[in-house]
Amino acid sequence: MLWIRNGIVIDPKNKIKAEKMDIFVKNGKIVPEGEVRREECRVIDASGKLVVAGGVDMHAHIAGSKINTGRTMRPEEMRVVRNVAGKFRAAVGRVLLTAPAIGYEYAKMGYTTSFEAAQPPIGALHTHEELDAIPMIDKAALPVFGNWHLVFKCIEEKNLEKLKALIAWAIERSKGFGVKVVNPGGVEAWMYGGNVKSLDDQVPGFNVTPREIITMLIKANEELGLPHSVHLHCNNLGVPGNFQTTIESIKLAKGFSNSKRQVLHVTHVQFNAYAGSSWRDAASGAAEIAKVVNSMDNVTIDMGQPIFGHATAMTGDAPFQFTLHKLTGARWSNKDTEVETGAGIVPLVYLPNNPVHALQWAIGLELGLLVDSNKVALTTDYPNGGPFTEYPYVMAMLMSRKMREGELSKVNAYVQKATGLASIDVEKTLYEIINMTRSLPARILGLQNKGHLGIGADADIAIYNLNPLETDTSKDFEKVYKAFKSAEYTIKSGEIISRNGEIVKEVFGRTFWVDARKKVDMEAVMNDIRDYFQYYSVQLGNYGVEERWIKKPERLEVV
Amino acid sequence: MLVVELISGRTLDQGATVEEKLSEEYSKAVNYIELSEEDFKSLGLKEGDRVKISTEFGSVVVFAKKGEIPKGLAFIPMGPYANAVIDPATDGTGMPQFKGVMAKIEKTEEKVKTVRELLEAI
Amino acid sequence: MEDVICTFCGSVCDDGEFDAEKKKVKKFCRLGSAKFSEKERIKAPMVDGKEVSYETAIEKAAEILVNAKKPLLYGWASTANEAIRLGVILAEKLRGVYDQCASVCHAPGTLAVIEEGLPGATLGSVKNRADVVVFWGSNPAEAHPRHGMRYSISAKGLLIKDRKQRKVVVVDVRPTKTAKMADLFIQVKPGYDYAVISALRAILSGNADVVPSDVGGVAKEKLLQLAEMMKNAKYGAIFYGLGVTQSRGRDRNVENAIKLIQLLNRTTRWVIWPMRGHYNVVGAGEVPAWEVGYQYAIDFSRGYPRFSPAEFSAVEVLKRKDCDAALIVASDPAAHFPAAAVKHLKQIPVIQIDPFPNMTTLLAKVVIPSAVYGIEAEGTAYRMDGIPLRVKKILETSYWTDEKILEEILKRVEKLKG
Repeated sequence: MLWIRNGIVIDPKNKIKAEKMDIFVKNGKIVPEGEVRREECRVIDASGKLVVAGGVDMHAHIAGSKINTGRTMRPEEMRVVRNVAGKFRAAVGRVLLTAPAIGYEYAKMGYTTSFEAAQPPIGALHTHEELDAIPMIDKAALPVFGNWHLVFKCIEEKNLEKLKALIAWAIERSKGFGVKVVNPGGVEAWMYGGNVKSLDDQVPGFNVTPREIITMLIKANEELGLPHSVHLHCNNLGVPGNFQTTIESIKLAKGFSNSKRQVLHVTHVQFNAYAGSSWRDAASGAAEIAKVVNSMDNVTIDMGQPIFGHATAMTGDAPFQFTLHKLTGARWSNKDTEVETGAGIVPLVYLPNNPVHALQWAIGLELGLLVDSNKVALTTDYPNGGPFTEYPYVMAMLMSRKMREGELSKVNAYVQKATGLASIDVEKTLYEIINMTRSLPARILGLQNKGHLGIGADADIAIYNLNPLETDTSKDFEKVYKAFKSAEYTIKSGEIISRNGEIVKEVFGRTFWVDARKKVDMEAVMNDIRDYFQYYSVQLGNYGVEERWIKKPERLEVV
Repeated sequence: MLVVELISGRTLDQGATVEEKLSEEYSKAVNYIELSEEDFKSLGLKEGDRVKISTEFGSVVVFAKKGEIPKGLAFIPMGPYANAVIDPATDGTGMPQFKGVMAKIEKTEEKVKTVRELLEAI
Repeated sequence: MEDVICTFCGSVCDDGEFDAEKKKVKKFCRLGSAKFSEKERIKAPMVDGKEVSYETAIEKAAEILVNAKKPLLYGWASTANEAIRLGVILAEKLRGVYDQCASVCHAPGTLAVIEEGLPGATLGSVKNRADVVVFWGSNPAEAHPRHGMRYSISAKGLLIKDRKQRKVVVVDVRPTKTAKMADLFIQVKPGYDYAVISALRAILSGNADVVPSDVGGVAKEKLLQLAEMMKNAKYGAIFYGLGVTQSRGRDRNVENAIKLIQLLNRTTRWVIWPMRGHYNVVGAGEVPAWEVGYQYAIDFSRGYPRFSPAEFSAVEVLKRKDCDAALIVASDPAAHFPAAAVKHLKQIPVIQIDPFPNMTTLLAKVVIPSAVYGIEAEGTAYRMDGIPLRVKKILETSYWTDEKILEEILKRVEKLKG
């Protein structure tokens, strides 16, 4: 039992804006005062400290064959020693981290939940093994659907019931959480060396288009009523001029509605927000995208903010990864995966004096600033945009124009003419930033007990050495950055796991998965699945992950 | 006497007996060398004869067989007999050079050791 | 029982049928059938050749490991990920060295991945799409007998319906059994793979004129023919084997081949993949990669992982006499290491965990028999292309699993270290 006394609480979901109050914790949950006996509580004096829910990272690549191939390909990333083995595990990594390091670093920062953003369904068991190896946090994984032959078939047939059954089947088999779509149709085109360039290109070998894939997956997702919406990595990622495709994709959400959450989440939008016709005249399309997102009430995005320094591009967008390899000449890994999907990995470094990198950096910030705080979540698309450990930098930047001016003076001047960043005077409030890193991502994912401190919420709590009532986040950005870098306390399910940026207790969190089988007639799709397995290299009976193979599974049933 | 380039590698027999290393079958699967017909003849060998393989790194006695292999090249199944003579240098990679060592081959009357005897001799 | 998964080679066929009464497996190849047939086992745990209980053997093993300054923990390719993970954690706790069978098999390929990446595909992609398949220094007919039928040579897929629609090329130093199934066989002189790959890169980048009439024993006409086949392929795959990684050039051969693939992808689609040997040698590299950042040759003597094959690979550690105890799991270095490395293994206390007696058993101080994954124990393994499969328990046994044995050793080590 915990009694967090006198903290200054910000809890956007419950509309609490920096109020001095006490929080009580019992059995890993937040409870009303009456449910605990004060004398039995461990008391944490949080006087003058910021008390918020544990951070929720809704989009990061933290587990599975992609990040692990990245580690193998980049031993130079592993030479940063973060912890020597002793009471806790050895933890290493610069941007790419080992599984123990991922858990420890999130915990030190006050983050307690993270979602693996792209899981090839056939590789699900590997993803879960790595998720199980990450200590400290709760987690889940999103299987990918946008280039799966079986999905194409359902869409070709315009058979919604079949598609719904397929989604329910695949999410259950992969113990996944929702519907991720990566460059719909484009990865299949890559199997022939190509890509798709617009929402209306036909996917080679199939009578479907990206537009149809996205629309029908949204429809199926909404009819199933999954906790999370379709999670889209748009077509044309990394291509100048792509902001038009992004806007068109966002508009596909029109006509759908859901009272609880968005019906479409568009991810790492920075990589899909370029105007211009080539890298020579590339410019920001962030303002136009922000306008569209702000005008709609059923779409959310996350930033995909680049951080200057090392990164590793790893996505299911295999054709983009090859383009990047050709562009930079760097190492390139690729994985064409059965008839399901593909992936690629290329090392990357973002340099402040490189005009393109500076542009990307500025666009990420523009999105964070111009999009309504209730519609944009903070991410770096780890490790694509860089480390998640620099979220505090992004948080501080969004809150301080002064900090941005200082940073702007250090980057390539190209951003001055190609973006509007310098003239944006928006300074997000602490309340908005806490929303963008807690309540909003939890709402986007459909996690009711995360991202807030209301009664019944998971007792995932972060306490920072920052008094919201006395801090001018606009001026004191260094203090803000420092405070968010290492939480004074990180509490996971009611246990103190980190103090002042040092791990004090190793715990293992839960893995959430969604079971929507009751919502469908599975027989609608089983014949097709059986038939398609002739194109697999494993038996249908050996496909998938059983719950008992996972360390701490938690099933969320959709009824 | 003959000098050949020796390579080692997997065979079906070696694979099928690899979990029975102390058996007669395993021994049989790995205690021979394959030479080209020409090299086999030039040493005056007949099937079942034994040869001594000597390299810079050691020597071992094995049975000689005719194999479909280019002249000047010889094949020995991976295993303890091969490892008595291959090059242990790894060039910094950790990988010994299991394939490609110059070896002297001569007919011998010495007996072929068992795997136990091989280990004892190390 | 259906959908039985084979735990012999890297193909990890998962379509076996097991007859529990006759204890026979159907559909598998000769290697798989041998795997599932009954054979001599280590009867009981032993210390200095004397039979003891599991508890006693584990106590002794923990003692040896804790008393060692720098133990070598080696093997891991023929066990499940659950056991491998414990092995990595144990090596970290003991400040020892973790190395695995790949270091004498496909690890040069890993070094090449560090240089150039790995443009690859799953075996299912190859089966569905590949109209040209090249086996370079690999011989699936002897090492992965069902690979050709299930995934590559005659596999029936979505775009490629049968053997006739696919061209098969073998590049090797001798006419192997696989070469006999090929449409084109290219015989290279041993140690000349690098030069031959360079010649292909030259031809494909429009510099055929600089290629001499003979490269590594291959006539230029043949190289031109192969280059043409590669260029005209819609989706090609190179499967390379130990012929490339264990001969002169090693990692550099693979690196050069990957550069060839990079070039080919500028005009068409090509992938490359290693023909990994043991059924879970991929797991033996993947698990340490996520736990500690590296695939093999990992030293923990400073309390954090360091990777250096020149220093911390098992063969180098043993040759340098740089370990004072060894834990060997699911492997037989006494049979498969060069004599110069085995010599030191004979001088130090060795603990062996393995289902079967082998040459390492003969020199081990502590021998702990274990259950066979895929037959007597369930666990996760990664096929050669990284596809995870849960291998099954189909027979009861009184043998402990590697996982349980290692868990107990780890507990005792933690206790002894205080």
